[in-house]
Amino acid sequence: MASTAQFNQSLGKNSGLVLGLLGLALLFFPFFNEEFSHSSLGLITSLSLITLGTLLYSDFLYRGQPAGVKNNGVWFDGLSSRGLLGWFVALALTGFYIALYFYPERLGYNAQGNTALVAFFDPLSKLLNGNAATQWFVYGTLYTLAILLFGVKFIYKYRHNRYQIIRTVSVMFFQLGFAFLIPELLSLFNPETPYFAKDLKNMWPLNYYFFESWHLKNMLNGGNLGRFMLFSGIAMIFIVSPVLTYLYGKRWYCSWVCGCGALAETAGDPFRQLSSKKISVWKFERWSIHAVLVFVFLTTIAVIWSFLSSNPNLSSFSRETFVIGVVAFLLLLMGLIYVYKRKDLDKDALYSFISIGLIIIGTLSIQAFSGEKHILFIKSYTLTKWYGFGIGAAFSGVLGVGFYPLLGSRVWCRFGCPMAAILGLQQRLLSRFRITTNGGQCISCGNCSAYCEMGIDVRAYAQKGQNIVRSSCVGCGICSAVCPRGVLKLENGSVNQRTNLPEFPLGNSL
Amino acid sequence: MSPPPIIIIGNGIAGTTLARQLRKRSQQPILIISKESDYFFSRTALMYVYMGHLSWDQLEPYEQGFWKKNKIDLLRAEITSIQQNEKTIVLSNGERLAYDRLVLATGSTPNRFGWKGQELKGVQGLYTKQDLEQLEAMTPRIKRAVIVGGGLIGIELAEMLHSRGIEVTFLVREKNFWNTVISATEGSMIEQHIVEHGINLKTSTSLVEICGDEEGNAVAVVTDKGEKIPCEFVGLTAGVRPNIDFLKGSDLNINRGILVDDFLQTNLTDVYAIGDCAELRQPKSNRRAIEAVWYVGRMMGETLALTLSGKKTAYQPSHWFNSAKFFDIEYQTYGVVAPEEHENEAHFTWQDPTKLRSVRFSYNPETERFLGINSFGIRLRHERFEKWLNDKANINTVIKQLKEANFDPEFYTHYEQNIQNAWQAQHNLINL
Repeated sequence: MASTAQFNQSLGKNSGLVLGLLGLALLFFPFFNEEFSHSSLGLITSLSLITLGTLLYSDFLYRGQPAGVKNNGVWFDGLSSRGLLGWFVALALTGFYIALYFYPERLGYNAQGNTALVAFFDPLSKLLNGNAATQWFVYGTLYTLAILLFGVKFIYKYRHNRYQIIRTVSVMFFQLGFAFLIPELLSLFNPETPYFAKDLKNMWPLNYYFFESWHLKNMLNGGNLGRFMLFSGIAMIFIVSPVLTYLYGKRWYCSWVCGCGALAETAGDPFRQLSSKKISVWKFERWSIHAVLVFVFLTTIAVIWSFLSSNPNLSSFSRETFVIGVVAFLLLLMGLIYVYKRKDLDKDALYSFISIGLIIIGTLSIQAFSGEKHILFIKSYTLTKWYGFGIGAAFSGVLGVGFYPLLGSRVWCRFGCPMAAILGLQQRLLSRFRITTNGGQCISCGNCSAYCEMGIDVRAYAQKGQNIVRSSCVGCGICSAVCPRGVLKLENGSVNQRTNLPEFPLGNSL
Repeated sequence: MSPPPIIIIGNGIAGTTLARQLRKRSQQPILIISKESDYFFSRTALMYVYMGHLSWDQLEPYEQGFWKKNKIDLLRAEITSIQQNEKTIVLSNGERLAYDRLVLATGSTPNRFGWKGQELKGVQGLYTKQDLEQLEAMTPRIKRAVIVGGGLIGIELAEMLHSRGIEVTFLVREKNFWNTVISATEGSMIEQHIVEHGINLKTSTSLVEICGDEEGNAVAVVTDKGEKIPCEFVGLTAGVRPNIDFLKGSDLNINRGILVDDFLQTNLTDVYAIGDCAELRQPKSNRRAIEAVWYVGRMMGETLALTLSGKKTAYQPSHWFNSAKFFDIEYQTYGVVAPEEHENEAHFTWQDPTKLRSVRFSYNPETERFLGINSFGIRLRHERFEKWLNDKANINTVIKQLKEANFDPEFYTHYEQNIQNAWQAQHNLINL
C-alpha cells in the first residue's frame, strides 16, 4: 500500500520534472532555429510547460504528506549538498549571468532587431511595454516566474506556518506588481519619456544608479511620473525605510519586499543550509559588506557632486551646499550614535560606525581634490562603471545567484548589499525587532543555525538564553520554523534590553 | 610542572557546560575526557543527522578552535578505574592521569531487560555516536524495523527509520504512548499522529523474544500477542540508565546512579558527579533522584562550576520544564502535571477538536493554585510560566492571562479565547 503511494508520488514528481525541463529546453531552441525564435506559440508553450511542470512537481512532492518541517534528505541530495548536481546548476547559472551582463548579444540582444532568446521574448515585451525585448526583459520575466513558481512550492512546503505563507505571498506580490508589471505598463503608457527606474521599492543604494547623472536627468525630464519617482525614491530612503525598520526590523524589506530577497527565499530555499556559520566568515562579512557600503556612498556622493558641477541650473543648491549637507548629516548621525548607542556598538555596529567616518573623510576629499569631470583624479564615469561592473554585475548577479548551490542563497545580501548594511545598522541600534529565545528550552540541536541563510550561528545565542539581535538578520523566520522545541520567536517589542545576556539560561535557581 | 587539572569524564552537555562555565570563572587547567567523540555534539539532535537535516559538523555547537582558545584540553580515551588515594585515573591503555578534582559526567546507556535475542546483529539502542554510525551502516539492509519501547527515543527512532523509507512497527507495552508522563487523552492524540505518519503502532504489546538466523542476524520479533513480525532491525528504546558499569567495584557509593549530595559531591573527596549518571541522595519534592534530560545536565554543570571556582553552591533546580517533538507535534511542559488527576491535583484539558493541539493545566483543587501545564502544538513562554509558578498564581489568573505566554510565530491562530471559554463553561463561571 505504502509502496503504491510512493510510486505514484515519484511518478508525479518525475512527470513534473520532465515537463519543466522540456519547457526550459524550449528556451534553447531559438538559438538553433531563427524561425522558432519568432514563434509566440513557442514562448507560450515553453513558459506554460515550465509553470505546469514546477507546480506538478511541488504538488506531488508535498501531496499527502503531513504538514510540518520538510528537511528529510537535504544532506543526501546532490543539489542541496554541493554534490555533482549542485555544481552543475551553479555552473549553468553562472554561465547565464555572465552572458546576461557581459555578452548579451550571445543571448540574441540587438538594438536593430533581436535574434535567438531575446527575440523569443519580443511578443511578450511588446504586449507589456510596447517595445522589443532586451536581455533585461528576458531576465526580469524569468526572474519573476521563478519567484512565483518556487513561491508556490515554498508555501506548499511551509503550509503549516502562517508567517511563512504571508511573507511569501508578499514577496510574490511585490515582485510581480512593483518590480515587473507596473514598471512595464508605466513604460507602455509613457512611451515618450526617457528611461528611469520605475520600481518604487527598489531604492538606493540597492538601486545604485538612482543618483547617477543620466538617471537624475531622465527623472527630471520624465514629467510628473519622473518627478514622482524622484521624490518617492528619496522619501523611501529617508522616511519610509527608517520608520518601518524601527517598527519591524529590516525584515520588512529584506524578506518581505526586496526582489533579491524574494528570489533567495523562493528559488534559493533549497540552498539556505549552505551558508557558512564560521566565525572567520563572519569577520569577512563585516569587512566586505562595509567596504561595499563605503564604496557605494562615495560613488553616489561623487556622481551627485559631479552632476551638480555640470548642471548648476537643474538644482536649487550648489555642490558645496550638498557636500556640507552630507557631512553635517553624517556627523550628526555619528554623534547621535555615540551619545545614545555607544554601549550597543558591538563589532558589526562598530564597523558601520567607522564606515560612516570613512564616508565623511571621503566626501571631504571629493570636495577638495576633484574637478568637474574628475573625482579624486578618476573619471566619475569610470567610478560608476567600476561599481556597476564589480558590485552590480559580478557580485549581485554572478556570485549572488550563480553560486546559490555552493555558498547558499544570500551571498549578495550577506557580503555585498549596501542596503542591507544600512538597514542592519539601524536594526542593531534602533529597532523594536529581535528574535526572542525561550528561556532555557534550547537543546543546541543546531537546526536554527543550519537553516539560517545569512550564516548567523543562531544556536550560539539560543543556548545561552540570549535574544538574537544581529545586523544581518533578514527575519525570514526559518530558524523559528525548524526549531523542534519552540525556542525562537520573531517579535517586535521594547527597544531597551533586547540583548540582555543572562548569567545562566532559565531553569536554575542560582 | 603544571598542577593537575580538573578532569571531567564525559563531553556531553553536563561536562561541557561545567567546563565552559568554569573557564569563565577560573583559570584552573581543565581536561575533558571522552570515549565517544572528539568534540562536544548535541546528542538530542543525532536523529537529524540520520534524517539528512543536518551534517555532522552542524551538530557541534562550538567550532573546533573554541577549545584551544578557551584552554580546555580534550582527550579521546576510555577510563577504566579511579585511584582515589593517589588522586589519579587509569586509562584503558594503562596510562595514569592525576587530577585536582574529578567530575563524572558519563551519561546514560540504553536499558536492556534480558530479552532473548537482544545480542543479535541488527538489535541496538540509540544513544551514542557509535549507535548512529552502526545504524547508518546497517540501513541499506533494513526493509522492516521493529521498535520496542514507547518513550521519547522510541518515537524519534520511528521517525528516523520512516524517513529513510523503512517500514516501521512500533511496540508500546503500555495501553497508551508514554503514559508514565502524559494522559490517556494526550497519548491517544499522539498515537493518532503516529499512525497518520505511516507507522504500524501496536499498543499494549510487549516483546517476548527476538529471532535470529544461523548467522546471528535478527530476522523477526515475537510479541506477547503471539504475533511474529519479520524485520531486519530491532530498536530497543525502553528507557536509559546511568552509564556507570565501569565504576562497579570502586569505592564510590552507587545505587542506580552515582550517589551525590546537594553539592553534587560523591562520597569520595574531590570527586563529583553530574548529569544523567548522578543520583541525588535527597531530591527536592516533586523531583526525581535521577533526571536524565538535557536541561538537568546543563544546570548541574552550571551549579558545579560555581562550586569548583570557589563559590560553594547547592544544586537548586527551579520549576521543572521539558520539551519534545513527536513527528510534527511539539510538546512543552512547565511545572508539575501528573499523567492523571489525583487528590492534590485537578486537571483541566482543552483540545482543539480538528487539529492536533491540546493544553492541560494542573492545579490544586482546594487552593486553586496553578501547578503546571502540558502543551501540545502551541508554543509557550518559559519565562512567563516560571513567574506564575514562582508567584503561586491562581489557575484563573493563568487562564485569563494565557495570551501573555503564547510563543507561537506571528500570525498564528490564537486559541486562548477558546481555552478560556471552555474553562468558564466547565466551571460555570460568568467572568474570570
